[in-house]
Amino acid sequence: MKIEKFYYDNQIVKMFAYATVLWAVVGMLVGLYAAFQMVFPAISMDLPYTTFGRIRPLHTNAIIFAFVGNGIFTGVYYSLQRLLKTRMWSDLLSKINFWGWQGIIVSAAITLPLGFTTSKEYAELEWPIDIAIALIWVVFGLNMMMTIVKRRERHLYVAIWFYIATFVTVAVLHIVNSFELPISFMKSYSWYAGVQDALVQWWYGHNAVAFFLTTPYLGLMYYFIPKAANRPVYSYRLSIIHFWALIFIYIWAGPHHLLYTSLPDWAQSLGTVFSIMLIAPSWGGMLNGLLTLRGAWDKVREDPTLKFMVVAVTAYGMSTFEGPMLSIKSVNAISHYTDWTIAHVHIGGLGWNGFLTFGMLYWLVPKLFNVKLYSIKLANTHFWIGTLGILFYAIPLYWAGFTQWAMWQEFSQDGFLVYPNFLETVTQLVPMYTMRAIGGTLYLTGTIVMIYNIVKTVKSGSFTKDEAAEAPALEKEYKPGKEHWHRPFERRPVQLMILSLVVILIGGIIEMVPTFLVKSNVPTIASVKPYTPLELHGRDVYIQEGCNNCHSQMVRPFRHETERYGEYSKSGEFVYDHPFLWGSKRTGPDLHRVGGKYPDSWHYNHMIEPDRMSPGSLMPVYSFLAETDIDTTTTVSKINAMRTLGVPYEEGYEYIANEDVVRQQKQILESLSEDEIEAEPNTELIALIAYLQRLGTDIKLQDKTAENN
Amino acid sequence: MLKFIKHNMESIIGVEIFPLISFIIFFSFFIGLIIYVIRLKKSSVEKMSAMPLEGSETNYTPNKPGHE
Repeated sequence: MKIEKFYYDNQIVKMFAYATVLWAVVGMLVGLYAAFQMVFPAISMDLPYTTFGRIRPLHTNAIIFAFVGNGIFTGVYYSLQRLLKTRMWSDLLSKINFWGWQGIIVSAAITLPLGFTTSKEYAELEWPIDIAIALIWVVFGLNMMMTIVKRRERHLYVAIWFYIATFVTVAVLHIVNSFELPISFMKSYSWYAGVQDALVQWWYGHNAVAFFLTTPYLGLMYYFIPKAANRPVYSYRLSIIHFWALIFIYIWAGPHHLLYTSLPDWAQSLGTVFSIMLIAPSWGGMLNGLLTLRGAWDKVREDPTLKFMVVAVTAYGMSTFEGPMLSIKSVNAISHYTDWTIAHVHIGGLGWNGFLTFGMLYWLVPKLFNVKLYSIKLANTHFWIGTLGILFYAIPLYWAGFTQWAMWQEFSQDGFLVYPNFLETVTQLVPMYTMRAIGGTLYLTGTIVMIYNIVKTVKSGSFTKDEAAEAPALEKEYKPGKEHWHRPFERRPVQLMILSLVVILIGGIIEMVPTFLVKSNVPTIASVKPYTPLELHGRDVYIQEGCNNCHSQMVRPFRHETERYGEYSKSGEFVYDHPFLWGSKRTGPDLHRVGGKYPDSWHYNHMIEPDRMSPGSLMPVYSFLAETDIDTTTTVSKINAMRTLGVPYEEGYEYIANEDVVRQQKQILESLSEDEIEAEPNTELIALIAYLQRLGTDIKLQDKTAENN
Repeated sequence: MLKFIKHNMESIIGVEIFPLISFIIFFSFFIGLIIYVIRLKKSSVEKMSAMPLEGSETNYTPNKPGHE
């Protein structure tokens, strides 16, 4: 058999590794900034660009897509070449993947603080960037699949299955959730509305966690833990079951983000059932990772890579136990909208993704530079600071979650809410938020220690750009003997990809098809009318400022919620909401029934100086809204777009809509002047007030009509 | 008021078939998978699981007694 000589491309691995480290620091700094704003709201400096609502999506996007995203590419580009005994198919595509991805990150870092957002969590980027993401992702997938096609190793190791499933599923998720109608450059409306939009979004949001933060990292786990421990994975059989069970089940679990909301009951139950089932494959995978170290635990004491990986896999186990628990409705009633969720995701983010990335880097950088790690001692220091950081981060937030829930639902003996003022339940948490910020600082400190260690290692080593290797070519005419049906799939990447696609589509379709029909099934409530054009502008201000990052618009059917906010939310109320704005966290109160609750002047003063109306408020100052004009030339395209999406504005209304804008502005100005407030009519603040005063009021008009339906 | 959120799906014709289909798909797939995994040859499992270790400085030998 002819032995072929070839070279592994280490350059691309190095570039992605550097990018991972760079974005880790950026993403964590932004997170820290957001965390400190919860303690010292003044540090947002009263600027629009630094408000929590705009910064929080920047943090989540930077961590998920920049830090973890580059981490995925680092690990995949390294392991794929070695597992397949070949160089990446195209150096050019590798480079386009790298620079394209960094370009997307930079454009996100610019547009999110500027207020360009779709409001859909982890999918906030606007349509031109969405298109760029799709293109670059296909470049990555093409390069990977072609590398697999021209490989020198017949069978595909299980890590590669995880990579393939990641590629296919993320592509599907991204495309389906990004269906939006552009109305201008950098502004679009979601194709779906209300309940439908919520289900699509959380099908996406949950599976972004599953197929961006989990499956590719499991692939890395299956490669780098055996590598670092120098022994094969505990059970290859288990890894096969792990793979299929995980991709089969994960895709169904999205609705657990919408328990007790207006989502139809059957979908909520489906989400719960599949989420609980997820324990099995997740823990199978965790045990498989940990047991790989059987007989090698002595190495864990000395090798920082293994230390990080052990904690990473343990954190994976913890959050995949917690996740199913949180999907049980009664537990979810506590955790949803509180800091419990934030603690949960950070066990996954800091522990699983962060520590696995660090472990991988401590192993990879010395390998790439043909040198030993500069300081094992510093790596151990990083390990302990980082671990402490995770604990300091998570424990106070678990505490905060329970505290806030306990305060929300407490009734006095006379049947009144003990804490009717929402703000009390937030100011109570400030000490916990302080500790969380300290935890984050510790974690970032550890990361900086790692960077110093890496820089020193890089300086003392010599980098091999193209690493020589040799392997026999793959025989073209391969005739296997008698074998099982699954074996061919392990040789045939395209078939494996198609089978994974089918598997994820089944789950997706069975949840989605009824959802897409929901629209005709959501009982229409006759009193629910489309937004007025000014309210539509106000809604876009709400989206632009990311209000949904701290305020929900979904009153759950609990006594303490209906008591506090009013009638619980109905699916029929959201039929014109493109996109939905239910939110997922209440740092501020729910706003679905805020319409008519306060006078216009209260909202005006509250936006100008939140602390004046609600002493101790953590809300950023929104006085800049009173100085920024809305662009009424876009009214036409907004009304048109909404009509295309099925909102029943009359033909030709778009041309007279601006008259209604002026009329409504005038009304608000009059009501403000009664309280001796002079305001500019055409500002974002007036539009926002119009929207807020509309929220949830349709049903109040209308209880009688509803009874007749 | 509950009528607003209940029965959203009932007007879809044949909606009951969805859970049934999914159960059958799941059940048979996983039974098949487990049978396959159990019947896998030991030699091929060892070969597959050793794949990441190729090219390491010291190759793992499965029969070496572990340190326990």
